[in-house]
Amino acid sequence: MAFTLTVNGETRTADVDGDTPLLWVLRDTLGLVGAKFGCGAALCGACTVHLDGAPVRACVTPVARVGKKKVTTIEGVGKTPVGAKVQDAWKAIDVPQCGYCQAGQIMSATALLTAKPKPTDADIDAAMNGNLCRCATYIRIRKAIKVASGQAEV
Amino acid sequence: MDGEILRDPTRRFVLKSGAATGGGLLLSFTMATEGGAAGATQVNAPQINAYVRIAPDGKLTIASKVPEVGQGIKTSLPMLIAEELDVDWSAVTVEQAIADSKVYGRQVAGGSMATTLEYDGLRRVGATVRALLIQAAATRWSVPVESCSTERGFVISGSRRAAYGELAEDAAKLTPPDPKTLVLKDPKAFRIIGQSHKSQNLDAITTGQPLYGIDTRVPGMLFATFAKAPVFGAKVASVDLAPAKAVKGVKDAFVIEGGTSLQGLLPGVAVVATSWWAARKGREALDIKWADHPTSAQSSAAFAAKAAELAKGPPQRVDRADGDVDGALKGAAKTVEATYSYPFIAHAPLEPQNCTALVKDGKVEIWAPTQNPEPGRKLVAAALNVPEDAITIHLIRGGGGFGRRLNNDYMVEAAAIAAKAGAPVQLIWTREDDIQHDFYRPGGWHNLTAGLDASGKLVAWNDHFVSFGEGNGFAPSAGFNATQFPCRAVDNYRVQVSVMPLGAPTGPLRAPGNNAFGFVLQSFTDEVAIAAGKDPVAFRRDLLGEPRLLGAASERDSFHTGRMRGVLDLVAETSGWGRKRPKGSGLGVACHYSHMGYVAVVVQVTVKDGAIKVDKAWAAVDCGRQIINPKGAEQQVQGSVLDAIGAALHQQITFEGGATTQSNFGDFPLLRMADAFDVEVHFKLSDNNPTGLGEPAYPPAPAALCNAIFAATGKRIRSLPVGDQLA
Repeated sequence: MAFTLTVNGETRTADVDGDTPLLWVLRDTLGLVGAKFGCGAALCGACTVHLDGAPVRACVTPVARVGKKKVTTIEGVGKTPVGAKVQDAWKAIDVPQCGYCQAGQIMSATALLTAKPKPTDADIDAAMNGNLCRCATYIRIRKAIKVASGQAEV
Repeated sequence: MDGEILRDPTRRFVLKSGAATGGGLLLSFTMATEGGAAGATQVNAPQINAYVRIAPDGKLTIASKVPEVGQGIKTSLPMLIAEELDVDWSAVTVEQAIADSKVYGRQVAGGSMATTLEYDGLRRVGATVRALLIQAAATRWSVPVESCSTERGFVISGSRRAAYGELAEDAAKLTPPDPKTLVLKDPKAFRIIGQSHKSQNLDAITTGQPLYGIDTRVPGMLFATFAKAPVFGAKVASVDLAPAKAVKGVKDAFVIEGGTSLQGLLPGVAVVATSWWAARKGREALDIKWADHPTSAQSSAAFAAKAAELAKGPPQRVDRADGDVDGALKGAAKTVEATYSYPFIAHAPLEPQNCTALVKDGKVEIWAPTQNPEPGRKLVAAALNVPEDAITIHLIRGGGGFGRRLNNDYMVEAAAIAAKAGAPVQLIWTREDDIQHDFYRPGGWHNLTAGLDASGKLVAWNDHFVSFGEGNGFAPSAGFNATQFPCRAVDNYRVQVSVMPLGAPTGPLRAPGNNAFGFVLQSFTDEVAIAAGKDPVAFRRDLLGEPRLLGAASERDSFHTGRMRGVLDLVAETSGWGRKRPKGSGLGVACHYSHMGYVAVVVQVTVKDGAIKVDKAWAAVDCGRQIINPKGAEQQVQGSVLDAIGAALHQQITFEGGATTQSNFGDFPLLRMADAFDVEVHFKLSDNNPTGLGEPAYPPAPAALCNAIFAATGKRIRSLPVGDQLA
C-alpha cells in the first residue's frame, strides 16, 4: 500500500508493504542511502534516523508505524542548527576511518545535543552506546561531541 | 558533491594497459583525454599519466591505487605524489583508481604493505609529472630545463611563470624521463608529507552521500540475497522456490550449484527482487533442505579435546630447533609451563558483504568493496567462464575491511547471480550471513615451556603449537612463523607443530597470525618474568639485550632488538611504568614486531567485583623515519589497540553441528562507546624506510591487557576471550 511520509521536510510516497523497515524504504524506494544497513536487529545503530527528533533504528521500524511523524535522515539533519554543528565538528576533528557508521553516530549525537546541549561523559556513554564503530573511532566521536557542544576546542 | 558512486563513470582515470614499467609505475602516457569518453566536466583536463590529471584552471586530480577500507590510504598515497609534484594539497582532488594490475601493479589493502611498497615509487610518479611540466615550459619559453624550477603549482624561469594547468596539455604529449634521473626532495623540504591531512570523502561521509558498496546504483538494478548452508559448503538437497517467487517484488529465485572449495563459489539459493527487503522476505519464505556434509559434526568442543590430546602426544613435526632445548630445560633452575589458547574470531566489518555486478554481452562490470580485486577477478572469470580482461572492477570504498575483504566470495556470488538473473544485481548479505560465513581468524593452542637459570635468565623456550591443517600444510592463516621473538635471542629454542583437519573457512584478520601470537608470546613472557622475580619491562630489556639484528636484513621476519628496545623504553616513559597502583588496578606491558613495525603497548586496568575497566593505553611505535600523515597514523594505532582489546575481552566464534553458533552483534559483541578508552600514541623515528600502520599495533595490545589484569588481580589469563573469567 502507499504510505505518505515527511522526509527531511518533503512529502514523499512509498508503495510498499507496511512491514517494510523504514531503512529499506529510505534506501531502495526513496533513494536516500545515507542511513546504513549494519545488523538488521537494532544492535549497531548504523541506520539511526530521527522521528520527530528522537533517534530510532530504521532497520526495525516498520514503515506503517511512522505515521505522521517527521523523518529526518543524515541527508537532512544539516538543515537544523544542532545537526550542522555536529557535522562541522565531525569534519573538524576528522572523526571517520571507514566512515560507514558515522551517519548513525551523527544522528545519535544530534539527538543527544538537542536534548542536552552540554552532555557529560556519562550522558555521551548512554546516548552513544547503541552506535557501534568497528574502526573504534570512539575517542574522536566523544571529542567531536564536546566540540559541537562548546565544551572543548578542536 | 563529494560522493563517488553516482558520478559520471566516464570521469574515471583512463587507463592504458601494458604501459607499466618496473615497480608498477606507469611512466608512459595516455594522450590528453580519451576521445568521446571524457566527461563533460573534465573535457579539458589532460591526463598526464595513470595517476595525475591537471585541468586548465590548475585543479589537480590524483588517483589512489589501493582500495580504501578505513586505513586512510586514499589520503596518504596521493600525498606522496603531490609532495614531489610540488602543488598545494588544497588544490588536489583524489579519485579511486580502477582495478588494473597491468597499470597499477599491486592494488591490495593488506599486509600493511602499501606504504612500504609505494613510498619511493609514488614520489617518483609525482617527480615525473613535475619534470614533464618543466620540460613543457622550457620548450615553450626556449630556455634550458636547468633554468626552471617549480613552486606550488607553477613552473618558474627567471621572470617567466606558468601555472601547471597552462602546461598540462603540452606535458601530456612528452616522453617521460628515465625515473632514475629524477632527484627526489630532501625530506627537510617536505611541505605535505609529515603534515596531517584529513580523510578523503569527509563531506560525503558526514552528509550521507552515496559512497559505499551498498550505495551503488546501476540503472535497472535488482537486489539479491543468497542463502548458503550453515554447514560450510553443503549442497542444496531440495528446495521449493515457489514461496519465494510469490513474495511481492521478487523477480526470480534459483539455485546456484557452486563448488566444493571453501575459497570459491559455494552452493546456495539466490532470491532476486526489486528491493532488498523483498529479496530477504523471499529468502525467509524458503524451506531449504541441505545435503549431508562430511563436516556436519565438527564442533569447538571436539577441536579443544583433540588439541589437548595432540598436546600430550609427540609433535607431528618440528619447525625450528636451535641449541639443545631438552638439555637446557633439564638443567634449568626453574621451569615454567603453560598452555595458551585463543578462539576463532570474525572480522565483522560494519558494512555487510556486498557487491554489484552487471553481466552483459560476454562482459562483466563489478562494483566491489574489496581489499584485493585481482583474486576476485580470477574467481569470477572461472565461475562465469569469461576471460579476465572482460571483467571491469570498480574499487568502492569499503565500510571496514580488517582483512575480510581480501577474500572475494561476495564478488563471485554477485557475478553468478547477475549472470543468471539477466539484470544488474546488488547482492547484500545479512549480518547473520556475515558472521556465519566469514573467513575466520583461526583458533590455536600453544603449549609452552620456558627454562630459567639461577640468575633468572631465560635459557630455553619450547612451544608445541597445535593448529589446523593437514599433512605439512596449515589451514589459511593458521600457520606460525617460527622466527617469532624470542627466537634467535635465546640459545635453546624450539617450535613443534601438530595439526588437525578443519572444515571451516579461515583467512587473514588484521595482523594475521600475529594478532594471536602477540597475546601468547608476550603473556607467557610476562609469566616467565614474574617467575624470574623481575620487573616485566626490565626482563624484556634483558631479553632484547644489545641492539642487533636477529636474522638477515633481507628477510621480512628479521628482528632488530634495538628498535624494539626503543619503543619499549618510550612506552615505559610515557605510561609512567613502575608507578604504584591502588589495589585492583594494574599496568601491563607487551611489545611485538609485525608487518615491519615495532610496537610496545602499556595498558592500565581497574578490576572491581570481577568487572574489568580499561582506563587507558599507551602505544609507542617505530615504523621508520617518516610518518606520512601524523593524524592518520595516530588513528590507525588507536583503532588497532581498541580493536584488539575489544576482541580479546569479548569475542569468540564457536562451532556446533558443523555450523557457526554466533549470528549477530548480540552474541558477537564489538567494543562500545562506554567501554572505549584513551590511547596515547607516540612515534619513535628511526633510520628505516617508512612502513605501514594498519596492523602492527594490534598484536601487543591483548597481552598488555592480560598482563595488566594479572598485575591488578594476580589472575593470569591464558585463554581468550577474557569474558567472565574474573567473575
